[in-house]
Amino acid sequence: MKSRFVLAALAGVLMSGTAYATDVKIGVMNDRSGIYADIGGEGSVIAARMAVEDFDAASKDINVEIVSADHQNKPDVGSNIARQWYDTEGVDVIADVPTSSVALAINEITREKNKIFLNSGAATSDLTGAACSPNTIHWTYDTWQLAHGTGGAMVENGGKTWFFLTADYAFGHALERDTSAVVKEAGGEVVGSVKTPFPGTDFSSFLLQAQASGAQVIGLANAGGDTVNSMKQAAEFGITQAGQAIAGLLVFINDVHSLGLDVAQGLVLTESFYWDMNDGTREWSARFEEQTGNKPSMIQAGVYSAVLHYLKAVEAVGSKETEAVMAKMKEMPTDDPLFGQGVVREDGRKIHDSYLFRVKTPDKSEGEWDLYETVATIPADKAFRPLEEGGCEFVK
Amino acid sequence: MFELLGIPPQALFGQLLLGLINGSFYAILSLGLAVIFGLLNIINFTHGAQYMLGAFVTWMLLNYLGVNYWWSLLIAPVAVGITGVILERLFIRRLYHLDHLYGLLLTFGLALITTGIFKQIFGVSGLPYQAPPLLSGGHNLGFMYLPNSRAWVIIASAVVCLATWFVIEKTKLGAYLRAATENPTLVGAFGVNVPLMITLTYGFGVALAGFAGVLAAPIYAINPVMGENLIIVVFAVVVIGGMGSILGSIVTGFGLGLIEGLTRVFYPEGSAVVIFVIMALVLLVKPAGLFGRTA
Repeated sequence: MKSRFVLAALAGVLMSGTAYATDVKIGVMNDRSGIYADIGGEGSVIAARMAVEDFDAASKDINVEIVSADHQNKPDVGSNIARQWYDTEGVDVIADVPTSSVALAINEITREKNKIFLNSGAATSDLTGAACSPNTIHWTYDTWQLAHGTGGAMVENGGKTWFFLTADYAFGHALERDTSAVVKEAGGEVVGSVKTPFPGTDFSSFLLQAQASGAQVIGLANAGGDTVNSMKQAAEFGITQAGQAIAGLLVFINDVHSLGLDVAQGLVLTESFYWDMNDGTREWSARFEEQTGNKPSMIQAGVYSAVLHYLKAVEAVGSKETEAVMAKMKEMPTDDPLFGQGVVREDGRKIHDSYLFRVKTPDKSEGEWDLYETVATIPADKAFRPLEEGGCEFVK
Repeated sequence: MFELLGIPPQALFGQLLLGLINGSFYAILSLGLAVIFGLLNIINFTHGAQYMLGAFVTWMLLNYLGVNYWWSLLIAPVAVGITGVILERLFIRRLYHLDHLYGLLLTFGLALITTGIFKQIFGVSGLPYQAPPLLSGGHNLGFMYLPNSRAWVIIASAVVCLATWFVIEKTKLGAYLRAATENPTLVGAFGVNVPLMITLTYGFGVALAGFAGVLAAPIYAINPVMGENLIIVVFAVVVIGGMGSILGSIVTGFGLGLIEGLTRVFYPEGSAVVIFVIMALVLLVKPAGLFGRTA
């Protein structure tokens, strides 16, 4: 009897020691070992932790736990992890999730379980279009933005005929579709496309087909290692010297770093974030680099920004109840040093400025990561697909 | 101008040539696997990692020591071969009397560890490698622009494949090797140091993978997963050619490169699976592979 009392008292002490008003558990899911591991991977987990630190969750009576997992770019693996996280491990939010095919699967599961999905890594604009969900926020970038940024700029500069090298899965298809629309809208023409197996190593055969098509622009609707390989080989086969332009429709800073400026110089690309834009981005990126050895990609920056905004909403609501937190996130403007001020739109699209960058020539670059110069800033209200064009079913 | 199946002949020639270049990589990698399997009865799953190692050693030689590409062609395979010798002495040697499966598990595990270590250190985005001056640029063949670096791959791999075939099939050393494959005890009784021969053979097979890695460095992205993507295809090549058959692996390597190249023109979506479809067909008709002998 006595021992039981002691145990109960002990349990009481323990509980009061760790009791917070709100406990939230955030699962960062991405590719931790494959071709997208550098643009997300452990860096995204670190970015999420930095958000928790900067928010100073503990002093606000919110206990945040961060877990992570590798979806290996496979929708079935990702789905299993998501179900396990939501059903048995008490995860409230899944963050990051690059690879559009996996993201679309997590999007469905999150809706079914009524949790929250903060997507930073995936590109498909369907996440706020045909597949939109009241439980999902698409944070950093999407295929519509890329298509209008890079695609629009190329067409404006006279690139009227296009040939696509398209990664053969949801993301590549969406990017090709969105860019084709931009090209046609501007009076251009798509003369052909080839679907390349994902992930691929040798793109020379596809590049040769693109060359034979005589198109003015070869659009690379791929990402990560696929983009690096196709650009390296385009340079090798003298494609740009022969007068065709390459449009890297989704190029991350890590890809440019990997290609080297000799190969990548002059490439025009669209991103939502670059480390060297202002004091805020530089300071944060330096802290990030200390922990990872790399400058952040826009995906990692997006994970930070999204987690920070989520925690602010939880604080404002005073609970982690899904509907209330989602409503708060959409009602409250976003504000952080990386993306500046912005809003989360009704369909779940996060709105901020987008940038058209050009890769520097080797003689202009002053350091390992001094890679971009800004060509144009696309204002937030022009950067993303207008709400009414997305076809999101719950937006009236 | 006439057209073949809707494709102009120039384009077709270009694609065939590219197929041959990819086939060069398949040939040289499957040759290493065939040599190792033929003599050691080990299914060397670390082959992809050793190919990746070859490319990384080439990169390190240039960036840390300033050694150029041409010296790397010699040094990198030797360095990778030495790691192979150490591996054989420490681990693989203990598995010869066991089932194939154990060798496969060991080498697969080693491949995962090696790849993991490189991912940890270098990340997966890859490293830039500038082709040497002699290999940059190219020639216009009329039907396509052939970069020098690709032409060099065909020449180098054809020479290495033929030399290997010649040594194993036509020289006294090769005769010892083949005899030791048939009956190691008997060959040992004639005073040949069979264990040493086996160790060196493994080292040589691994060096071939390293050599392919050097050839790949200026062409493909150098990253830790570069071998993973290739190795499965190469295993299919070996199976189609006939496990352990030297000539078989060379011929099927080049041949399948061609077939894959053609698939990329006519049905690009299928180019990732065509080799496996062929493998399934070959296994149905000739379970020992095209050039294999049934035991």
